[in-house]
Amino acid sequence: MIWLDTVIQGILLGGLYALFAAGLSLVFGIMRLVNLAHGDLIVLAAYLILIIVTALGLSPFTAALVAAPIMFAAGWTLQRVVLNHVLGDDILPPLLVTFGLSIVLQNALLETASADSRRLSVGGLETASLALGPVNVGVLPLLTFASAVAVIFALSHIIRHTRLGRAFRATSDDPAAAELMGVRPRRVFAAATALAMVVVTVAALYLGARANFDPAIGPARLIYAFEAVIIGGLGSLWGTLLGGVIIGVAQTVGGALNPEWQILAGHLAFLVVLLLRPRGLLPRAVD
Amino acid sequence: MINRRRFVQGSVAALAASRLAAPAIAQGAKIKLGYVSPRTGPFAAFAEADKFVIDKFVNAEGSDFEVIVKNSESNPSRANEVARELIVEDEINLMLVSSTPETTNPVTTVCENEEIPVLSTVAPWEAWFIGQQSDQSDPTSWTPFNYAYHFFWGLQDIIAVFTNMWAQLETNKKVGGLFPNDGDGNAWSGPQGFPPKLEELGYELTDPGRYENGVGEFNPRINEFKSEGVDIITGVPIPPDFTVFWNQMKQNNFTPKAASIGKAILFPSAVENLGEEGHNLSSEVWWSPSHPFSSSLTGQSSRDLAEEYTAVTEKQWTQPIGFAHALFEVAKDAMGRVSDVSDGDAVAAALAATQLDTIVGRLAWDGARLPPFGARNVARTPLVGGQWRHKGGGKYDLVIVDNKTAPSIPTGGEMEAIR
Repeated sequence: MIWLDTVIQGILLGGLYALFAAGLSLVFGIMRLVNLAHGDLIVLAAYLILIIVTALGLSPFTAALVAAPIMFAAGWTLQRVVLNHVLGDDILPPLLVTFGLSIVLQNALLETASADSRRLSVGGLETASLALGPVNVGVLPLLTFASAVAVIFALSHIIRHTRLGRAFRATSDDPAAAELMGVRPRRVFAAATALAMVVVTVAALYLGARANFDPAIGPARLIYAFEAVIIGGLGSLWGTLLGGVIIGVAQTVGGALNPEWQILAGHLAFLVVLLLRPRGLLPRAVD
Repeated sequence: MINRRRFVQGSVAALAASRLAAPAIAQGAKIKLGYVSPRTGPFAAFAEADKFVIDKFVNAEGSDFEVIVKNSESNPSRANEVARELIVEDEINLMLVSSTPETTNPVTTVCENEEIPVLSTVAPWEAWFIGQQSDQSDPTSWTPFNYAYHFFWGLQDIIAVFTNMWAQLETNKKVGGLFPNDGDGNAWSGPQGFPPKLEELGYELTDPGRYENGVGEFNPRINEFKSEGVDIITGVPIPPDFTVFWNQMKQNNFTPKAASIGKAILFPSAVENLGEEGHNLSSEVWWSPSHPFSSSLTGQSSRDLAEEYTAVTEKQWTQPIGFAHALFEVAKDAMGRVSDVSDGDAVAAALAATQLDTIVGRLAWDGARLPPFGARNVARTPLVGGQWRHKGGGKYDLVIVDNKTAPSIPTGGEMEAIR
């Protein structure tokens, strides 16, 4: 029974990793931009939710609804004002810019919000659990996983069935040809980053509800997100969910065998997938 | 007409001139203290009170000290770098360093090599002394320092405090360990740490093994604690990991009678993050407003200093305030006993001869309560045990519940079981 419990906990943990990774996957899939500040943007969104919670007295879930449009606008501005200027054939400038952004965000948050670790309190929900047959499942991890599935479902729906999604796909395949057809790549990129920031807000909600956050915590959250994106197949959103779940399950199973193997098991699963399927499990297109 | 080239040339000349002029201004001036602490990074909470303490010291009337503050960024190699800057460029007379071995150890090592006197605190003394030896596994090779002095408590103190607290409760003497794979976790769970002492006192330790910091998933460990039926949890996790651990334990409908945790719940903000679930968690207390000591600088009692901190910063008191303050107490006292403050050997000798009643208790490097190898460089400060009591609205007070290790520090209540 312990094993069933371990695997279920791992799947739910994978939902959290997939939430962290979904925004990264979206941006990378469309503009081949590796956003090294993604973890810090999640922390920024968590502080934004916290500010709204304290100022307006809302629950974190409602506050996230208020924060989402603000982050959408921030993402749009970030792409138009900064990132569009560095996108090009050379992949180094955007990497350096997002790396710098990561440092700027961390230090700005430290100056304004102090080093105190903070948390989004969801009123008893964090310790609540459901008895599903023989195993106890936390309500919050369950909600996290459900949200991850919902976010990825919504994003794939947008990409497959809307005008914006068609522009996303066209720009991703060939920006020059898309431009000839009347798509403006820079606006498409801005929309993609803005959308990614909404996903970041959802990730921030669950990051803050699950554990403490402080200005320095962002980069540590990034590594599993990267691994989930890569083993899922670059640009594939359902692949990202699958990648998150594989890493989550590998970690809990490894941890049940020996706590020292917990992190290692996740990385090993990543390496094994890379060896067997170098392009990931569900590669979206030929690059 | 100013073009770019001329502007650059001009500024370079101006810069050079100001640099050349600098030593002339500094001459015959104040005593220079260097101060290194982790102002940013994962240990930034330890250094949060620094600004308050330093401002208070420098702005005191008739202060003939200049304090040059550098940030170690919680990073050992950065700490090493800024220590060199302070010694070479700022030509400090005495180095002060505080908060976690990641900062205190590299700074102390640099100072010892450069023959600059250094005063260090807020790192368990074994981690400070043994952590700097070239062969940590061979006690016969350990050599004392000539310029480095440290004051804090040690691992044996915290083991005594935790086990004394548990002895106040009716438990089945089964302990679950939450030790990460880092310097603290390995020391706590190693042969010098908890296991031998727990065995001696008749406790049974369930230790599933070291985990990586930031792992964020503890269900396998909690299942093991649950099946062993442990009544007590102890460990030294980082705050985010402890929050996840504690919530996952509650999700599993498992509550121990006592949880004595080092590091993760030192600061009120960390306990507040647990909502109402932090009630009666216990931790080590190195300094509090009820410590019966007063400052040699201002005459303030511990309570006065803590209240002033709250008045100035609008924040609840934290334990590092007292120790940061004591650094400057010792610095001023020692510098007052040397004729030439630029003579490193004389300053080191003055530090060694210190006998001062400070806000953290009496400090003297006389080897009291220490094994021979640490006697010369370490002053051991008292440690007691406290419990966080929820006082409504998600706010907590730290109440001292066990003082068997230092009876002069009054308790504010008795150890209570977690429900």
